[in-house]
Amino acid sequence: MSEQLSASITERLGATGTANALELRGVSKFFGALAAIEDISMTVRPGERRAVLGSNGAGKTTLFNCVTGDFPSSSGSIRFFGEDITAFPPHERIRRGLRRTYQISLLFTGLSVRDNVYLACTGVSRSRFSFLRPRRDDSLMASADNLVHVVHLDDARDTIVSELSYGQQRQLEIAMALAGAPRFILFDEPAAGLSPTERSELIEILLGLPGHMGFIIIEHDMDVALRVAQSVTMMHNGRVFKEGNPAEIEDDPEVQALYLGDGHG
Amino acid sequence: MIDPTQGGPAQGNPGQGRAAAGSPTDQRSWIERVPAGYWILGLILLIMPAVAGDFILYQIFGWSFILGIIALSLMFLAGYGGMVSLVQMTVAGLAGYMLAIFGVSAIDTISLGWPWYITIPLALIIAVAFGTLTGWLAVRTEGIYTIMITLAIASAFFYFTRQNYVIFNGFSGFNGVLPPNLFGVDWRAPAAFYYLTLFWAVLAYLVVLYISRAPFGLALQGVRDNPRRMAALGFNVTAHRVAAYSLAALLAAIGGILLTWQSAQISPGTAGIGPVIDILVIAVIGGLRHPIGPFIGAFVFVLLRTFALDALIAVGLSGERFQLLIGIGFLVIVFWSPDGLLGLWEKLKAARRKDPLLDRGGETPGGQR
Ligand SMILES: Nc1ncnc2c1ncn2[C@@H]1O[C@H](COP(=O)(O)OP(=O)(O)OP(=O)(O)O)[C@@H](O)[C@H]1O
Ligand SMILES: [Mg+2]
Repeated sequence: MSEQLSASITERLGATGTANALELRGVSKFFGALAAIEDISMTVRPGERRAVLGSNGAGKTTLFNCVTGDFPSSSGSIRFFGEDITAFPPHERIRRGLRRTYQISLLFTGLSVRDNVYLACTGVSRSRFSFLRPRRDDSLMASADNLVHVVHLDDARDTIVSELSYGQQRQLEIAMALAGAPRFILFDEPAAGLSPTERSELIEILLGLPGHMGFIIIEHDMDVALRVAQSVTMMHNGRVFKEGNPAEIEDDPEVQALYLGDGHG
Repeated sequence: MIDPTQGGPAQGNPGQGRAAAGSPTDQRSWIERVPAGYWILGLILLIMPAVAGDFILYQIFGWSFILGIIALSLMFLAGYGGMVSLVQMTVAGLAGYMLAIFGVSAIDTISLGWPWYITIPLALIIAVAFGTLTGWLAVRTEGIYTIMITLAIASAFFYFTRQNYVIFNGFSGFNGVLPPNLFGVDWRAPAAFYYLTLFWAVLAYLVVLYISRAPFGLALQGVRDNPRRMAALGFNVTAHRVAAYSLAALLAAIGGILLTWQSAQISPGTAGIGPVIDILVIAVIGGLRHPIGPFIGAFVFVLLRTFALDALIAVGLSGERFQLLIGIGFLVIVFWSPDGLLGLWEKLKAARRKDPLLDRGGETPGGQR
């Protein structure tokens, strides 16, 4: 048992040292005849922050769903820190340190902010099956409080989620994705619908994440995307259209044509 | 109507707006949180044997507590887990059968006559294993299909026990299944049986109430409202649901053992299709939102079952109409108050609190629903 455990730890540590955080090879997802994404290959290094851009329906959210296992991919392989997770159910991927937020907030609207985050913290801990109520000095509760603080929701800590503003709900989504010890996070349009002040607060939160915590952020707003990301993937019609550093992408005539033509940017 | 997950928004709310009061983050000590009504009810129940007759204690209260425990196991699955299982009475019946087969009964050609400290744990273990297996099959389905698969298992059990004579003694089942004379008490004496069933009912109630706010229960409600989100938080949704079936089976099995002792017998009819549906009716009439609901439902059901017959005959109707009466009651409840009598009570309370002069609603606990 402990031998097995230490073996898996060294395996993972070894993997962390050498392997990529995320490695997609030829990933496709079909809805009936429609290819939402097709033959996507992508490599993200540990600690790397990447922006995914693309017009509506480009397949960005579908890409996230395939990586987290919300929908199984139709073909291709997905490696997470060297481990092949293609066939894993979502909760197994999450327990390995993958996290995500949803484009349309998926929260428990009848619970308080703190309880939502607490639920997220128990999900990736061993006490998820616990029949005992948490004590006052519960460590998960403490980490939940800490996360509430990280996303600036201290004042709304005991508020029922259905009473939060839209922006606050988006912040709560982020807090829930930070629960446990994330190694890599997928943010699905966290800035959409936020006011300019909330936007800069979001950027501050993202820039404040520890350096080893890589992420992919889907973002329509180039300004936000380019401020937090070191690399950019452009998607179009379910395929990777361009990949490069922010400057290259911004200056690329094809990208400009596509983006300006779509009325974005 | 029956399935609480039906018709609600996809993003539901574990805690149903009562979250603030029962939240795991509530910092008051538990004594302070016990409402006054509990103390009064507790006192009344404790001194009941001093005032009530044997029939009331044994038949009305004893039976209500037992049916309440079994219906509570359904409330736990349906209310917190969104899974309507019709197999709870079957689990109870199986526990009763195991008690009779391994322990002592009048059918000594089959019964093994093992002592109670082996047969009771064995009966519980087998019933929980059966409940878990059923859950494992049923959680792969949703809504109406869960009802159908559990009903199929319940009917299969009924017909199997009726036709199998080697182990289950067929149509007549087992009689003479008695509780052990532990501590020198005859547990089938009315007052003793009253306290025995009261004890297990209260314990089962408190356990369910406690777990509903512990990580497991909270997560179960999360799974009910939003399984996809729960999986994305690292929860194994299937395992969580199956575990809920196991716990519910344990409750049902305790109820089943008490039920067998009450009538000193177990036969196919105990877990026939009628009783299987009765448990659903009891849970729905009482209310699926809170663990007190099944006990309210069971009390009303037992009262109707016991007295409606005489009342009907007294007014010149056939006693057979009793089922009709329950059916109509069920219909009225489901139609007027999908949350059962409990929901009706909460509505009344909310209405009373409303100030007629200012026409301002009070702080209803369900305000954020
Ligand atoms: N569950 C589904 N069933 C059927 N088709 C789907 C499903 N999810 C996505 N699609 C289709 O797949 C394509 C890609 O959708 P996706 O949501 O991944 O786009 P997106 O890049 O995230 O767009 P947006 O910017 O609007 O969020 C779209 O044509 C969409 O209609
Ligand atoms: Mg999208």
